[in-house]
Amino acid sequence: MSLIQAGVTSAVAIAERRRGKLGQSVYAGRPHRVIQRSFFALKSSTWLGVVSGFVEPVFYLLAFGLGIGQIIGNLTDGAGNPVSYSQYIAPALLATSAMNGAIYDSTWNVFFKMHFAKLYQTMLHTSLGALDVAIGEISWALMRGTVYAIGFMIVVTPMGLVTSWYGLLAIPAATLIAFGFGSIGMAVTSYVTNFQQMNWVNFFMLPMFMFSGTFFPISIYPEPIQYVVMAMPLWQGVEMVRGLMLGIIDGALFVHIAYFLLMTIAGLIFTTRRLTALFMR
Amino acid sequence: MTSDMIVAKDLKKVYGDFVAVDGINFTVKQGESFGLLGPNGAGKSTTMKMISSVSKRTGGELTILGKDPDKFGPEIRAHLGVVPQKDMLDRELKAWENLYTYGRYFGLSRKFLKPKVEELLAFAQLEEKRNEKVEELSGGMQRRLAIARGLVNEPEMLLLDEPTTGLDPQARHILWDRLFRLKEQGVTLVITTHYMDEAEQLCDRLIVMDKGKIMADGSPTELIKKYSSKEVVEVRFGTDKNEQFADEIKKLADRIEVLPDRILVYTAHGEQTLEAIVAKGMNPVTSLVRRSSLEDVFLRLTGRTLVD
Repeated sequence: MSLIQAGVTSAVAIAERRRGKLGQSVYAGRPHRVIQRSFFALKSSTWLGVVSGFVEPVFYLLAFGLGIGQIIGNLTDGAGNPVSYSQYIAPALLATSAMNGAIYDSTWNVFFKMHFAKLYQTMLHTSLGALDVAIGEISWALMRGTVYAIGFMIVVTPMGLVTSWYGLLAIPAATLIAFGFGSIGMAVTSYVTNFQQMNWVNFFMLPMFMFSGTFFPISIYPEPIQYVVMAMPLWQGVEMVRGLMLGIIDGALFVHIAYFLLMTIAGLIFTTRRLTALFMR
Repeated sequence: MTSDMIVAKDLKKVYGDFVAVDGINFTVKQGESFGLLGPNGAGKSTTMKMISSVSKRTGGELTILGKDPDKFGPEIRAHLGVVPQKDMLDRELKAWENLYTYGRYFGLSRKFLKPKVEELLAFAQLEEKRNEKVEELSGGMQRRLAIARGLVNEPEMLLLDEPTTGLDPQARHILWDRLFRLKEQGVTLVITTHYMDEAEQLCDRLIVMDKGKIMADGSPTELIKKYSSKEVVEVRFGTDKNEQFADEIKKLADRIEVLPDRILVYTAHGEQTLEAIVAKGMNPVTSLVRRSSLEDVFLRLTGRTLVD
């Protein structure tokens, strides 16, 4: 059997199908092949790292919701109804777990693949484009975030913390949150060149987690600071999920959705540009 | 189909102030085994990247399989097999998964890839190692796996950047044997190397590059004929003493090169010249008569040795 074919090979035929289509130099229509590679890699990875990211928000729920919540008593939700402290923080922690899942993959894992495994360079030696790589990798981060969110739902629903059927929509909302964070996470990581800079990601993530209306309403801040918090992606995510899980649906929901869509698109554009600048210069 | 696989005209690549490739011209024909030879930093790898369509040229013209890489990058990459300098294998995956996922990146079907992966594992002599992770493989095996991976899309042209750098002699010979087989099957090979023996072994034709420019081109034999003598006598008189004999020896040869540790004497008849040197009362500590190689061509062209 010959290792080469005379004339046009099938890989070429596949690539030629995209001729003349929009963005043919950066997109081959195959991000799912990049995702498939992650499934292969997952088989041989340690599950401990995956599980630890999921249990973290659950621990927060137990410690703050059941622990400190006993002392605090009830709060009021956006519509003025009383809610228990656990009910108040559970949606925030769901949004956080979606964020965590996406951020773990799109920051440290991407950093490793980019600078040590040279994975993206390898992918770009094939007929894949930079946008395929970006979407494929961000989708993987998104999937991890979604799985975390579903896991969290499974824990909190029997605890009576989901009071509305709209709560089911918290899962797609978590997917959107993960998409946004995965996208921005990969974009930021692609500009980072060393470990020291990577630590800035953690430096930014922790306060955002603590102060984005996760554990207490942002109304306790002075007004200018409230606006700063409202500009943060986690606050947007927390409010979106909280509204859904407590059954408060209003126009703000669409603002949150628009926020994450923009975040996702911006992340994709910057990631694609950066991958092109790094590996196709 | 065109028989010109690569046509480069006045090809240029500039990074900031640094001119990596400075207006080079060459053509690679179908089925040819073409070498880019030169020391580190000569512009070989940069040229290779432009051919691989992962680096945009700054100036000049480049046509690969009749297509402009600026416009048809992904299409051209589908035609090519790339074996990068650092294998860049997927260390999270097993040997066979490396081949399979790489094929999937090209959009190839599972049905096509299943037998293909088997065939390539056999070609790379890695059937026994199929389920090993990359770390478990020796350097030679990893390089063979990288070559097998480059063949997964049945490329018409295989690009190898320093294919045997860092391998022990035995692993090199196994690899050369694999590359010979590909050549026999009509795969066009483009090879960068700074090893002269490798270029002589594998390349039908080559360009000698230095500082982004082409110094010479031709077949290994042509280049040796043109830029060197048939034989070379290497004589050593000991450090510092080489210089003092240089003038005397010059009279006995076509040309000489005085290196810090030895004198290279270029001549048609090595043994006779060596006898003449000894007859003049000069007794070298060590002496060696050998055929001229591309190393000598490079020295002649640039005044420098290749591996320093």
